[in-house]
Formats: sequence, structure tokens, C-alpha cells
Amino acid sequence: MATRSKIDADLVKRGRTTPIVGGQEPALFDYCQRLGDDALILGQRLSEWCGHAPALEVDLSLANIALDLIGQGTHFLGLAGDADKLAFHRDVLDWKNCWLVEQPNGDFGQTIARQFLFSTWQHLLYQHLTNSAHEGLAAIAAKGAKEVSYHRELAADWTIRLGDGTEESARRMADGLDWCWRFVPELFEVDDVLEGLIADGIAADPRQFEDQYNSTIAEVLAEARLAAPANQRPILGGRRGHHGEHLGHLLAVMQFLPRTYPDAEW
Amino acid sequence: MSGHDWPLWEVFVRAKGGLSHRHVGSVHAPDPELALRHARDTYTRRLEGVSLWVVRSIDIVASDPEQAGEMFEPAEDKIYRHPTFYDIPDVVKHI
Repeated sequence: MATRSKIDADLVKRGRTTPIVGGQEPALFDYCQRLGDDALILGQRLSEWCGHAPALEVDLSLANIALDLIGQGTHFLGLAGDADKLAFHRDVLDWKNCWLVEQPNGDFGQTIARQFLFSTWQHLLYQHLTNSAHEGLAAIAAKGAKEVSYHRELAADWTIRLGDGTEESARRMADGLDWCWRFVPELFEVDDVLEGLIADGIAADPRQFEDQYNSTIAEVLAEARLAAPANQRPILGGRRGHHGEHLGHLLAVMQFLPRTYPDAEW
Repeated sequence: MSGHDWPLWEVFVRAKGGLSHRHVGSVHAPDPELALRHARDTYTRRLEGVSLWVVRSIDIVASDPEQAGEMFEPAEDKIYRHPTFYDIPDVVKHI
């Protein structure tokens, strides 16, 4: 908590962002970044499929989802401060996204596994967040919930088709789930920052929908004729700025232009 | 998997309530549900519609272009089949 506040204070001091005003300032600032970073990083990841998807129609599906997520990210980061500055001028250790969204695309099975596990969670989160005492958060969540409802259904459809498809598609889908599985517990982690915001009625409490999440995942996996992967040691810490080797490469691509040409406009 | 293995579906979009579905193009998809999703993602990205139909292209029965003469030309000189000889009240909008 102390370290987090210090990072935030440093950010402000360096003029890199403008925090939200209000009693919950540092925590709310942090929360907006978590929500925004999840959406933006996954949007950037998915956009890597553009021109490479298995079929033209799938290319468009993934690009549409990416654009929805980048839009949500822009809104949340805009609530935290200057969205462009937060997106393009923060280094790896300042990012608050969960590990799941920064994972590489892998093959189509791995991408669908990640999308299915994340969108199912994000949809429940946004639904709960529409009841937030913070009007801005509630509004973004209400708009995003409709978008993510579609992401979730599309990803579940593909999970079922790949899992209950050919021998190769089932193997790839199972491998993708296996890769992503250890990043799921982080989605339900509640730290001090989140606990405080939940108590104030601002943040959604993921513990409230953990059972629902698990049963939804189990239902789809059953329909896909896939076994749930064995539990693995959870990877945690994204909310505290701990990330894997993949995030830095993603940021290098995403941030290259605004960092090289700081005044570029289009 | 490849889009080339998937059957073709014709896509129809209803632009708004009260109008008919109009043919807008086609998509490849492995089954009806994904055909609808592909149609949504391909043809309604810019708020083009409120309703979608997809139908397997193979299920459409088309007239033979070779027979266009006998099919359509007999209608050419029968202008009395147009309702242009009636006075239409101003209040009637769509006819």
C-alpha cells in the first residue's frame, strides 16, 4: 500500500498524470488503472491478430473485440487522468493489469482460452460495477457490459467448437486452457486497496461472483467436452506492478511512436 | 482449420423496424450460430441494422440468367401493372 501510494505520488509529481480528486483519491486512481490496464492491454494483444486470423471473418471478430476493449481502457484511464499519458508514458512496473491479459496470443486455441476466461470474469465484474457509488465507473461499466457480453458468448462458442471439434482443435484448446489456468486466481484476489473501495461501495467485490464464474466456466467446458486443467500454483502480483517478460515487448510496440515522436498528432 | 473449408452463408440486414431485410453480402462460417456472429461482426459494425438473417447460399434457388429473356422481358410492355394510374392520398407514405 505504501509503495503503491508512493508510485502514484511520484507519477503525479513528475507531471505524468492528473489524479482523480476526492477522499478515495490514491485507491480510486489505482482502481481505474487496474480496470483500464486490463482492457487496454488485452485490446492491444488481440489487435496483433489483425491480418493473421484463421479466416477473414474471425479477423474482424477479434478486431471488433480489441476495439471495444481499447475503448473501455480509454474511458477508465480517462477517469484516472490523462489517458494518453497513462497509456503511452508508463513503464512496465507502473502497469496494474492482471497477468492473464498480457499473455501472448499463442495459437487460436490459446487466444480463445484467454478470452473465454477473461471475458466471463469481466462481464460479471462490469455487471456488479454498474451498482458502484461512483457514477463514472458505473456508467463505463454499463456500456461495457453489453460489449463484453458479446465477447463472452463468442469466446464460449469457440471454446465449445474447438473442444468438441477435431482431435487437433481439442488438443490446442486444452493446451490453451492449461496455459491460462494459473492466472485465474489473481482475478479474484482482494488486497487492501480493493477492500477499502469495496467498503465504500465504489469497487465491485469479485468474491461475490466467484462461484458463479466457476460454474459458468464448468458448464462451457462440459459442453466442450474438455476437462478443467489441474490446479497450478497461482501467479499473482499484476496489480502491484509485477509482470512477466511479455508485457515489456507489448509496451515497446504500443508505445514506440508516441515516445519517439512525443508531439505527433493524427 | 481454414475459412475455405466453411460453407458460404448469405447475409440479410434489416436496417430498422418496419423495413424489409436486404441482402448485403456473404460470410463463411462452420455453422448457423457462428454465421450469425460473423455476419454481425462483418456487416453491422457501423450501426447498419437491428436484425440479421443468414441462410446457406446453397439453399437459395436462383433463376437462370440464360432464361432472363423469357423470365422478365414479357413484363416490359405491361406498364398498366404499375399502380401509377391511381390517385394516391398524400397521407399514404410507403407504397
